[in-house]
Amino acid sequence: MTASEVKIQVDKVYKIFGPRADGALIALSEGAGKAEVLQKTGCVVGLNNIDFSIRNGETFVIMGLSGSGKSTLIRHFNRLIEPTAGRILVDGRNIMEMDAKALLAFRRNGMSMVFQRFGLLPHQTVLENTICGPILQGVNRREAVERGMEQLELVGLKGFENRFPRQLSGGMQQRVGLARALATQADVLLMDEAFSALDPLIKSDMQEQLKDIQARLKKTIVFITHDLDEALHLGDRIAILKDGELRQVGTGEEILFRPADDYVERFVRKVDLSRALYAHEAVTKVPVLSRAEATPERFAVLLRDHPGVVVVDGEASHVLTRGRGGDAVPAASIDAGSAIGQCFPLLAAHDALIVTQGGAVAGILTREMAFKALARSARAA
Amino acid sequence: MADNFPELVDTRGLRFAIDDGFSWIVANYGDTFERLLMPLLKLLSGMETFLQWLPWYVTIAVIAALTWSAARSVKATAGAVVMLLLIGSLGLWNDAMATVALMLAATVVAVVIGIPLGILMARSDGLRALALPLLDIMQTLPIFVYLIPFVMLFGPGKIPAILATVFFAIPPVIRLTDLGIRQVDGEVVEAIVAFGATPGQKLVKVQIPLALPTIMAGINQTTMMALSMVVIASMIGAGGLGYQVLQGIQRLEVSRGLLSGIAIVFLAVIFDRIAQSYGRRAQKHLATGE
Repeated sequence: MTASEVKIQVDKVYKIFGPRADGALIALSEGAGKAEVLQKTGCVVGLNNIDFSIRNGETFVIMGLSGSGKSTLIRHFNRLIEPTAGRILVDGRNIMEMDAKALLAFRRNGMSMVFQRFGLLPHQTVLENTICGPILQGVNRREAVERGMEQLELVGLKGFENRFPRQLSGGMQQRVGLARALATQADVLLMDEAFSALDPLIKSDMQEQLKDIQARLKKTIVFITHDLDEALHLGDRIAILKDGELRQVGTGEEILFRPADDYVERFVRKVDLSRALYAHEAVTKVPVLSRAEATPERFAVLLRDHPGVVVVDGEASHVLTRGRGGDAVPAASIDAGSAIGQCFPLLAAHDALIVTQGGAVAGILTREMAFKALARSARAA
Repeated sequence: MADNFPELVDTRGLRFAIDDGFSWIVANYGDTFERLLMPLLKLLSGMETFLQWLPWYVTIAVIAALTWSAARSVKATAGAVVMLLLIGSLGLWNDAMATVALMLAATVVAVVIGIPLGILMARSDGLRALALPLLDIMQTLPIFVYLIPFVMLFGPGKIPAILATVFFAIPPVIRLTDLGIRQVDGEVVEAIVAFGATPGQKLVKVQIPLALPTIMAGINQTTMMALSMVVIASMIGAGGLGYQVLQGIQRLEVSRGLLSGIAIVFLAVIFDRIAQSYGRRAQKHLATGE
C-alpha cells in the first residue's frame, strides 16, 4: 500500500490505565503479560503495541469481545483518549502533536463519530442534533439546516426533523446519529458499536443503509463491533483484537479461511457462512445468447458442455438449465455482491438465478452451486 | 460530679486568640466589609421597598401568574391566591413582603454564587473532596454559631441577616449542581466533544441543560432553607414575619406566633409549588426514553 492510500496509521500505540504507566511500559517491553503487569504495577494494559494502517475509502472493522480494547482504540483516533505511547497519523499528520486549537479543528472537520447508545442531545430536536456538527464548524445556520435536511433525507427521516429523540425508535435515533455524523462532511466516520443496541431486523436494515451510503460517499469508515457476521458483512478488512493485542488484520476471507491463531479460529468457527460467502464466489459462467440465436438445436449443443444457457431478450433475461426441456424460462437476477444467504428465497422459487455484475450477466447460480460453495468453505474453515 | 473530664489543654489561650483575632479584623476591616456589602444591602432594601410599594392585588396577580405558568393547574393557582389573601387579611402583608424580599435576595445571591461553585466542583475531583466536608459542616453547624461573627462584623441588621441566610441556604444548590452535572449521560458529553465542542460549549450546550432538573431541585431546597432561616435571622434585626414570631415568644402571645407561623407556612407552600413545578417541567422535556 502506498503512502497516499493510507488514511490512518496507528504506530506502536500503547494505552496503560493506572498511575504507574511508565513502569508498566517497561515491564511490557521486557515481555511481561497483561496479568503480570497488573500484579507488578497495578496498571491495566488497555492497548498493547497496536500497529496497523487504514486505507482511504475502506470500511475497516475492528472486532473483539468486551474488554478487548476496541472502544478504547477507536477513541484514540480523535483523541477522546490519549495513548500512553505511540503515534497516530491521519493523512500523514501526527495527531498527538496537535495543540488544543488544532485538535478542535480536527475533531470538527476531520472525523465524525456514531455512538452505541446514540449520544443524541435529548433536549434538542432531530434537526438541531443533526446540524450540531456544522454549527460547531462555524457554518451559518441557513446552510447548516440545508445540510442537515439533506442528510436526514438520505437516512430516510424526512418529516421527523422537529421531533425529539425520545419520540423516535432506537433504529430511528441511530439514523439521526448517522445523519449527524454525515452532516460534518468529514472524510472519516468512526462507528463505535453503532448497531449493537438495535433489534436484529433493524440492525440489518441499518447495515444495508450504511453500505448504500458508503457506495455513494466513499468515506473511510472505522467500524467497531463484537459481531463477526456484521464484521464480515460490512468490512473490507477486519482487525481482530483480544486483551488489547492485535491478533490478525485481513479481509473477511483471510480471517475466515486462514485464521492467524487459535483464538481467531475459535472465533470464526461459528460464523454463518451463508452471509460470509458472496454470489460471485459461487457463480458459474455460462453462454449468453440473444433471442434470435436461441434455437433448440443450439441449446442442445451448448448444454452438453455447460450447466445452463442465458437468453437475453431486451430488458428481460431467460435461463434454461440442463435436464429441463423446452424453451428458456424467465429468471430472477441478483447482484454478484449479494451474500449467498440472501439468494436462498429466490433459489427456492427458481431453478437458476442470473448473476449480474455492473449490469452485465456474469453467469448463473443454481441450488447445487450454492450448496457446493458453502460446503467448500465449511471444509476450508 | 464524680469524674470530670481531665483538663488536658487550657483552652482559654486559644479562645482569647480567636476572639482577639476576630476583634482585630472587626476593628480594622469592619468598615471595608460593610462598604463591600453595600450593594447587597441595596438589593435587599430595594426589593423590600418595591414589594411593599406594589399594590397587593398586583403582587397576588403576579404570583398567581407564576404559579399558573409553572404548574398549569387551576387548583394550585387558586390555592396560592387564597393563601396570599389570608396572609393579607391576617394583617401580615407588609411583614410577609419583607420576608419574601429577604428570602428572594438570599436565594438570588446563593444561586449566583452556588451554581458556579457547583460547576467547578463537578470539574475537579480534588475540589469536590475538599468542598463536600465543608458543605457538611455548613449544614450541621448550628446557625447561631455563625450569626455571632456576622453580627460582630456588621452589627445587628439586614446585612448579617442576609449573609447568614445565604450561608445557611447555599449548600443544596452547590451540591445538586455538582451532582446534576456529574450525572449527565457520559456518552452525550463524549459525543459533543467528539464533534469539536470547547469545554465552554460542552457546559452550556449539554451539561447545564441536562443537569437543569437537578439544579432546579437544588434551587428549590435553597429557597426553602432561606425561608426557614428568615425566622432565626429576625433575631438579628431582619424584620418580617420572623420578627412577629420573635415578639410572640418575648411577649408570650401565642396568637401572634401562631398567625405569623401560619403565614410562613403559606409562603413556603406557594414557593415550593412554583419551584417544584418548574423542575418537573424541565424534567419532562428531558426524558430520554430508552
